[in-house]
Order: sequence, then C-alpha cells, then structure tokens
Amino acid sequence: MSVADPTALTAAGAVAALRRGDLSAGELFDAYRAAANSDELNAYLWVADAPAAPAPNAPLAGVPIAVKDLFCTEGIPSQAGSKILEGYRPPYTASVVARLAEAGAPLLGKTNQDEFAMGSSNENSAFGPVLNPWDRTRVPGGSSGGSAAAVAAGSAPWALGTDTGGSIRQPAALCGIVGLKPTYGTVSRYGMIAFASSLDQAGPLTRDVTDAALLLGQMVGHDHRDSTSVGFPGQVDTPSARRLDGIRLGVPEELSGEGIAIDPGVLASFEATLKLAEQLGASVQTCRLPHAPHALSAYYVLAPAEASSNLARYDGVRYGARSEHEGDLVEMYTRTRSESFGSEVKRRIMLGTYSLSSGYYDAYYGRAQRVRTKIAEDFHAAFADFDFVVTPTSPTVAFELGAKTADPLSMYLNDYCTVPMSLAGIPAISIPCGLSDDLPVGFQLAGPAFSENAMLDAAFALEQAIAFDASGARTSA
Amino acid sequence: MTEYEPVIGLEIHVQLATQTKMFCGCALSFGEQPNTRTCPVCLGLPGALPLPNERAIHFGLMIGLAVDSELAPRSIFHRKNYFYPDLPKGYQISQYDEPLCRGGRLGDVRIHRVHLEDDAAKLVHAGSSGRIHGSQSSVVDFNRGGTPLAEIVTEPDVRSAAQAREWLTLLRTTLRQLGVSDVNMEEGSLRCDANISIRPVGESALGTKTELKNMNSFRFIERGINAEVARQEGLLEAGDIVTQETLHFDPRTESITSMRSKEEAHDYRYLPEPDLVPVAITTRMLDDARDAMPELPAAREERLEGLGIAAANARQLAWRSELGDYFEAALEAGDASLDPQPLANWVCNELVARVGEEDPAASRVAPEALAKLVGLVDAKDVTVSNAKVVLDRLVADGGDPAAIVEAEGLGALGGGDDALDPIVEAALAANADAAEKIRAGNMKAIGAIIGHVMRETKGRADGGEVTRIVREKLGV
Repeated sequence: MSVADPTALTAAGAVAALRRGDLSAGELFDAYRAAANSDELNAYLWVADAPAAPAPNAPLAGVPIAVKDLFCTEGIPSQAGSKILEGYRPPYTASVVARLAEAGAPLLGKTNQDEFAMGSSNENSAFGPVLNPWDRTRVPGGSSGGSAAAVAAGSAPWALGTDTGGSIRQPAALCGIVGLKPTYGTVSRYGMIAFASSLDQAGPLTRDVTDAALLLGQMVGHDHRDSTSVGFPGQVDTPSARRLDGIRLGVPEELSGEGIAIDPGVLASFEATLKLAEQLGASVQTCRLPHAPHALSAYYVLAPAEASSNLARYDGVRYGARSEHEGDLVEMYTRTRSESFGSEVKRRIMLGTYSLSSGYYDAYYGRAQRVRTKIAEDFHAAFADFDFVVTPTSPTVAFELGAKTADPLSMYLNDYCTVPMSLAGIPAISIPCGLSDDLPVGFQLAGPAFSENAMLDAAFALEQAIAFDASGARTSA
Repeated sequence: MTEYEPVIGLEIHVQLATQTKMFCGCALSFGEQPNTRTCPVCLGLPGALPLPNERAIHFGLMIGLAVDSELAPRSIFHRKNYFYPDLPKGYQISQYDEPLCRGGRLGDVRIHRVHLEDDAAKLVHAGSSGRIHGSQSSVVDFNRGGTPLAEIVTEPDVRSAAQAREWLTLLRTTLRQLGVSDVNMEEGSLRCDANISIRPVGESALGTKTELKNMNSFRFIERGINAEVARQEGLLEAGDIVTQETLHFDPRTESITSMRSKEEAHDYRYLPEPDLVPVAITTRMLDDARDAMPELPAAREERLEGLGIAAANARQLAWRSELGDYFEAALEAGDASLDPQPLANWVCNELVARVGEEDPAASRVAPEALAKLVGLVDAKDVTVSNAKVVLDRLVADGGDPAAIVEAEGLGALGGGDDALDPIVEAALAANADAAEKIRAGNMKAIGAIIGHVMRETKGRADGGEVTRIVREKLGV
C-alpha cells in the first residue's frame, strides 16, 4: 500500500488514488472500518463488513460513505435515533443510498443522530449523545451530529445527513467541516424516515467543498417514487473559482446584527470572512429579509405539525417497539408511544397536534404557511440585487453537553440563521471560516433555487482563501 | 300528531377498477392470501412515499362528467389523521376543501362533491359475532389497504327510503356503464352510508342528523333508513331530541345501535398532503375523460323515448343497463318493420316477469327470438295470450318462436283465412240470446261469443277478428 494513511485523503483524493492504483477499494474500506469501529465519539450505531467491489467505471470508485441512521438501508438497522424503531430493519433501501452505492460509494456505517431529526445537539438520541471531536465535553451539533463528527474526526471520508431546519449546516459549522443543504426536491426523499416532509432534504457532509460537489453530483436527480422530486438542471460541476469578482454578497440585517444573540467570537470570524471576500473581489452590502425574524416561529409550527402526522405510524402495530403491558388498543398505543418516544419528540408531536386541531388550524398552521411564503418572497427579492445571502451558520460555537437541554427554546435558537433557507426551499452551504476559543465557526452562503454550481464555486474560492486548519479534530491514525 | 318528512343525504364509496392501488404499484386484490399485495407504501413503512394513480384520476373525472360536476382545474390531497390498526400511516390520504369535482346532479338528486382517497385495510375480529365487541383478538389484512376509492356525497335531497333505493340503482347503473367500478355491494366495491334527519312537513330548517352505517345491500339501505326515520319520529313524538351520532344498522335484527357520539367524534386535523403535488387537470386529461364516456342512462332514456317508446319503459330500459342492452340487441336483430314500443313493452313486462333481477342476456331467450315473437304478434300470426305461452317455452328451453308455434299448434286464427268464419257461425247459433242482444245494439254481449270462439279454438282466435266477423254477420 503506497498510501500511508488512507483516511487522511479527502474523498476526491481517494478517488484519484484508487484510479491511479495507489490504493485498492478494499484497503480503503478496511482503514475506514477500523476507524469507525474504534470511534469513541459515539458517532456510529452500526458499522458494515466489507462490501462488494465497485463497478469498474463507478464515478466514486469505491470511496465508502457513512449514512445517517434515518436512511432506510435494507436489512440493516434504520432507527432514526429512536427507541421506537430500535433494531428495525427495513425491507428496502432509500433511493439516494442506492444511487450512491451504484455510483461506487458503499455503505460504511449508520451514524447517530437526534431522534427523528429533532434537535440541534445530538443529545436527543435514544442511543446516547455524540461528542464533538474538537472538544469531547461539547456537542457536535444536530441533528446530523454523528455524520458530522465522523467526517470531522476522520473516521469517514464523507457522510450523508439530512437538513430540515439546519441539521446538516449547523453540525458542519460546529465540527469545522462542509455541509450543504440542496434545493428542496433535487434529492429524492424516498426511504428517508420523515420528520417534516416539506422541509427534509438529504445532503453531503464533507471535509471540503470539492468533496461536497463530487458527492452532490451523484445524489441529485428526479426519482419517480418521490412526487416532490424535481430534476436538477444539468450537472454538478467541480468547483474551481479562485476569485469572487462581480459577486454580490448580501448580509441580512435581521440575521447577523442586533436582535439576535450571536457570540462575539462568531461575529468576529464572520466579519473577517466578509473582508476576505471583498479582497477576492466580492461586494458586500447589507440586505433586508424583513420576515426572517419570524422564521423560527413559523418553522416551529410547521415542522412539528407535519411531524405529528408523519410519526403517527409508530403505533406498535406492524413494526418497531410495542409496549409489553397488557391492555386494549388505546392502552397499547398510548404506552408504546409514551415509553418509546423521547421527550423532545413528544413535545413536538403535541405542539404539532395542537396547531392542526379544529379551531386552531388557521391561527397557527395557516398563518405559519403564509409567513413561509413571505420569507420565500423576501429571498426572491433579495436575489434580484445579490448573488448570495451570507450569515454566520450558527449563533454560537459548540456548546457544552447539557448546557441547553433544560430549555428547549434556547436549543431552538441554534437554528435561527439556518431555518429561513429551509422554509424558502433554497440551497445553502456552510464552510468553516475560522476558530473562536479554539472551536470552529461556520460561514453560510445561500443562493436561489438550483444555484448550487455558482454557490459551490463561490464557497470554493472562499475556502481556498480561508485555508482552515481542521487538524484540531482529527483522531490520530 | 305532527307529520314529518325525512331529509336524507347519501355518502357513497366506490372502489375504482384500476389495475393498481391509489398510491402505489401493488395490484388490486380479489381474495388472495392475506398480506400478499403489499409494499412499503401501502404498509406505511418508515420512509415510504405515495404516488398518485393516473387512471384513478381519469375515472374520477369520468364520474364528475357523468354527474355534471364542475371539475376543479386544481385539486389537492389532504391527510385525514386518526389512529386505527387498519390505517397503517395513522392518516388516510383523501381530499378536503379542494376536491376533484364539485356540485352536479344525477336524476333528481344534487351532488355535493366527488373526491378521491385510499381505502383502509381489512380488520378481522376473532370472536363469535365477527364484530369488534366481544372479540378476543384482531388481525389486519393489508391487501385491501390503498385501493382507490371515489367518494360521492349528495345534497340532502332524498325524501324517502324508497327514493334512496331507486336513486342508488341509477347511480350503480351509471357507474357500471362508465366501467369505473364493479359496483358490487356484496363484494364491497360499493358502500353507502346515509345521513338522516326529519323535520315537520313544510319546514325548511334541517333537523339534527344522524349517520347510519353498515347497510350492505340496497334492501338493507331501504330498511335501515325506514328504521332510523321511525326511531327519530318516535323520539320527537315522545318529546325527546335527536342526538347527533354515528349509528350502526344490524340487518339481522334491524336494530340500530350507537357507534360514536358527537363528543367522541374525531378531529381529523386535516393538513394538505406535503408528499404530493396538486392535481392540475390538463386539456388532454379532460379530452381523454370525455372520449371515454359511454351513453349514460339519462341520455339513453331520452334516445329511447325518441324512438317512440313510452316514458316508463324508456326509463326502465335506461336505468337497468342489462335490460337496455338486451332490448337494443333485440331491436337490432328484428325486422326493419318491427315497432320498438311493443318490443319494449314485452321486454319490460313479460320478459322481466320471467327473468326477475337476472341479466336477460344470460337467459335462454335469445334477443332475436324475442324480436321474432313480437313480430309474430304484431302480424297477428299468434295471439297475445298464446305468445306468452311461447315465451314460457323460450325461457325454459330456448329455440325459435315460429317453430314452437308450429309444433304446438298455437298459430292464430283469423286475419284473412276462412277458418274462423264457420266457428263464429257456430258460436252465434249456440248463443242466440247474445246474438239478439248484439243485433239490438248491446255490444257487451259479444263477450259470450268471443268466449265460445276462444274455447273452440283453444285461444288461437284473434279477438279483434272475431268482433269484425260478428259485426259483419249481424250487420251491426
């Protein structure tokens, strides 16, 4: 083996090494499997045995991928981080996972997550919290905490996550890696255990922007099994921009100034990045997203409402946990769900049920939908004058385990800057832009629908200029 | 005692005869082994997503066209949420305030709406009654779950149980003509619930309504409605009030028991189905639906009346499609000179009396045979009463009417040949008093003469001919 540490390569680097013959797919997989099996961050819930060899011209050449627990993988536990699905093995595989496997990215393992994707710290998992590789007393972010930690620590070359209100971008920011939420509809949701159907999107968590583009390219595309699926126009290109000349960046007053409690260290890192962008030729100005301050409220009406309906199927009748207690149908339902759902899930189901109930629908769900439309319109208007809207991804760096679990609202505020893009269905990417108190800070770019190529290019140029050092997270081989 | 009138609205669920289920590619099931027509979608497995059935929407549009509904340019699916083991996702995908079809009319009943949804699975309760009460356990068969349903809701225009039954017959005929469903109540492809209230005659305000379920034949629907109307009348007469509730009709005992009171009524927490995009009707879809429309009962009724058929017969032939099909086959097979109205009369009365509810096409009377028989009557080659005898033979053994007439000597006498003349002579001679009365102007007395002739000829004489000959001979 002429590669000393295969896990030190980026995914693109590994593809190149595999193609050159410096490395075999089997060697690469073994190295990652060993790393995953010795993971101490609780990032993995299941690790694979050796896979079949990749097809000869497979675009991803056999670089394995860690997949968030909520993606159905045939015959393999797919639990969405929940006790109610503990040990559940689906009879089918999610479309995007199957697509990636066929493209040459076999399954490395299933990663830990907040239960049913509800959370921003991975402390809501029924299988224990995930630790941040930068500081094991701190959270990696959520809900795709396991995927983010694995990529940051180097026990996976890349990973699949899902983003409903920020669950790819925020953990990417807290773990110092790249996370991308694609345009809603461009990646199939078939086989993704649902949280909020109109918001959930699968996306890549990677070490750099090039890897994100490489992975995204194999993920997008129409899937007839998902009625909300749309085709991606053209293909995802390899980003190459070095400069940002002519690029207009808009900084929304509402999401980065007064009015939202952003850590001074995060703000400093964010503003330094804006200066860097100007040096690369971008223009940076404030823009307005007048309804953005209401995004979090609208989100926490809409998402729980859809979740209350999506999670009704977990009733103990056909699969998953069923309460041992004897009793009639209603008792079985009540006990099964009370015993096996975590408290954040129950909280959101109750919120969602309430906001859909007779007499309240218009005041809550109906109104939240109208606010959502307003937010989408705000972005649309902003993009008339700006190429991208930029914000800090998260108001804080990684916080300590247990710091926010007592107050759900304080936990929800983590998504303040990411939720508006989810509501609007537009793509957004988080890249690491610096450190604050030795912990990573994330920089978010959001673009119009289907602008992934331009967005990846801009992110790439910035990434090169930032030259972020991620070694603080890597576990030594 | 106050006179009350029933005010009834009907809610009909029709299983659509598509190849596959409403939201997945599983084939529809007809009595297969349990849980063999399932997939992640209709089992409600985690991560599965629905996919609308194009043909079901096509059938929905056809139903809308048949009842003159307004077809929504854009309609959406909604989730109807509740917990029950026959509902794997914990919600049904249905339509709420933006249905496929709005308004319309069929016969004398207005349609409120038509929408699409998927059927629940089948629960089997292990216990003596087969009902959930008193059963030890229940099992679920998901084969049926996901079958496409069209739900048709009428306005409360029905005023009696008999009218409900008659209208449902028209609906069933219409749906069968469309080819969108087997519409068989015994097999469950047609289900009907009734919303029933009563009010004093002359009042326009509506009384409190109840919902009556589990009537699984037209006969039971009629009985159920009558029983519920009587029950409500009894309550009001006793000074009680009618409570809004869902009731279960037991056809064996004809008793009505409460299923759910208003307090226990479900709040379905409808929300627009986020996994599906709106259904936007294209010109192509409309054209396809229009092109697929067959002749409907109302149009058929009008066309038959245009042929000179009496209104009552035209209605019967149009509303019972097998009867109409048989009639048209007979008309086609007959001579060009065959008058449609007598043929219609024979089909609607004599034939129906002999085949009952069965499809006449399945009987031994070939349409051409009936046409021929009616032709023979028309030509006075056989009397009406003997023709009925011939029909009995045809029903029993099939065959050719002319051959039967020949074989059994049933041919008519009179109408030109001289065989009748001497017989009438003999009758007049044997009934001299009657002959006198006739000569004196009392035509009623001819009955005795005709009776004599009929006996002598074993019914083969044509009554009109006999009368003519008598008049001639007696000079009246």
